[in-house]
Amino acid sequence: MAVNKIWVLAESGESGPLPLTLELLTHARGLASTVEAVSWGADVASAAAVLGEYGASVVYDVGDLAGALPGPPVAAAIASLVKGGNAPDAILIPATYDGRDVAGRLSAALDRPVLTNVTGLNVDEDLRTEHQVFGGSHTVTARFTGEGPGIFVIRAKSFAAEPGTGSAAQVVAAPAPDTGATGAARILNRHVEERSGPKLDEASVVVSGGRGLGAAENYALVEELASLLHGAAGASRAIVDAGWVPYSHQVGQTGKTVKPTVYLACGISGATQHLVGMKGSKNIVAVNKDQDAPIFSVADLGIVGDVHKVLPALIEALKARG
Amino acid sequence: MNVVVCVKQIPDPAAPSSLDPTTHNLVRTGKLILDDSDSYGVEMALQLAGQVEGSEVTLVSMAPGGEVSGLRTALAMGAAKAILVSDDALAGSDALGTAKVLAAAIRRAQPDLVLAATESTDGYTGTLPVQVAELLGMPSVTFAKSVAVEGSKVVVERQTEAGYDEVECPLPAVVTVTAGVVEPRYPSFKGIMAAKSKPVDTLTISDLGIDPSEVGATGARQGIVQVAEAEARSAGEKVVDEGDGAQRIVAFLEQIKVI
Repeated sequence: MAVNKIWVLAESGESGPLPLTLELLTHARGLASTVEAVSWGADVASAAAVLGEYGASVVYDVGDLAGALPGPPVAAAIASLVKGGNAPDAILIPATYDGRDVAGRLSAALDRPVLTNVTGLNVDEDLRTEHQVFGGSHTVTARFTGEGPGIFVIRAKSFAAEPGTGSAAQVVAAPAPDTGATGAARILNRHVEERSGPKLDEASVVVSGGRGLGAAENYALVEELASLLHGAAGASRAIVDAGWVPYSHQVGQTGKTVKPTVYLACGISGATQHLVGMKGSKNIVAVNKDQDAPIFSVADLGIVGDVHKVLPALIEALKARG
Repeated sequence: MNVVVCVKQIPDPAAPSSLDPTTHNLVRTGKLILDDSDSYGVEMALQLAGQVEGSEVTLVSMAPGGEVSGLRTALAMGAAKAILVSDDALAGSDALGTAKVLAAAIRRAQPDLVLAATESTDGYTGTLPVQVAELLGMPSVTFAKSVAVEGSKVVVERQTEAGYDEVECPLPAVVTVTAGVVEPRYPSFKGIMAAKSKPVDTLTISDLGIDPSEVGATGARQGIVQVAEAEARSAGEKVVDEGDGAQRIVAFLEQIKVI
């Protein structure tokens, strides 16, 4: 089965299309002759230039959602295009909060399965996905066996984003049909949390803390260190589950994938669940009391020691450098 | 208020996992336990049900071999009853097939609110709750940090990239909760004893009117082509801190030009 046309769910953030959107467009360019985007919001037209540059010839504009959560209307708009005879071979969806909502809705609406946590996508007769399992020790290759379009939810940092030479995408209105009860949720307020440094999945330095910190208040050491290194603060699942830090900080299988220049794991044992989210980092430094902690098996520099001693000393040393 | 919680019974995540060499399905031998991720939904359900007179918490699960050990844990926490769907035809089901089964089972409980984890610990596809919502024709709010029921609606703080959104949604609705948002209670001795006699309604797919071709490996319409060992990352230098740990890290950061 040849792959002729791919759609990319083009999610945007505060400053235009998400990096992950551009990663997906870049990769789709190499797989199919026609790449088109589906987007939403008050001003899709202004994103058309960037989406076109990265490979989209057309952007289907679902329009302003008037406070609705994106999942139901965006999925309904895509389902309506597909049922109208305009089906692509594959729909690539970013693994984000809203992307996952769209994927779930679309899958049920079209009665098509979804392949999620995709970290690689290639054409070999048909589309083949790659998934990291067991903490990244194994790679599973999978494929759809039924009728398309295939729905793929793809993790961040699976592909590099590189601009192409395309001109601005043509904007085609694709309003959502009435979503009835399913689309009834409304956003009342948006709260933006202060963030002094870079985003976790875009930072070149990530400092993460785990259970070895001993207590929630010691996470402040991780935050201070991250700030001194102009990086972002991450966390293991254990301390997110314990309620020490919000889910948005979680690195790993059920959290974010990060690939910074350097990853500092502080008091993190390195469960497979965590390793899969950070072992693509260029350099890894680990501090842990337990010399047998699995994190040391992936660390370029491992310090067998107490985070309560090493972190304050490291913070002092960095401050002294000014 | 009828609150339904979707719970998954999974192999102990601490035990080494493997794939069956022939079917490539996750090997599910040994005792299954309540997925830790689901304990937050169970706790949230119990707290919300406690605030509305005449409320009841029903668990819904799908598991092979009539497995109930994880359900008993959640019943011991305080849920009133459970619906378990167990059928050999379900082996190899994907998220959409599972969603069809759970949606049919949930419908029986006539829920006002359906809670689930954002994703399971073992499969972590993270699409099931929203697939269930679409199949039930319900709205959904995912990644909830807090959930409050106010009359005929639910108000949720939903995690976003930038912070969180305050979302209002009419009931009935599906809400997924992130871990750590409530502290799951430990079952009391009394709770554990009481759980043994709480009703578990065990159903097959024909009880639910589901066609076998819709579920299981056939319904999944996907297959694993191969499983290969990934390139391993090798360990570098490991040193015991003799008071010089911080200096060694500084030197390393200098060497890679981060500072």
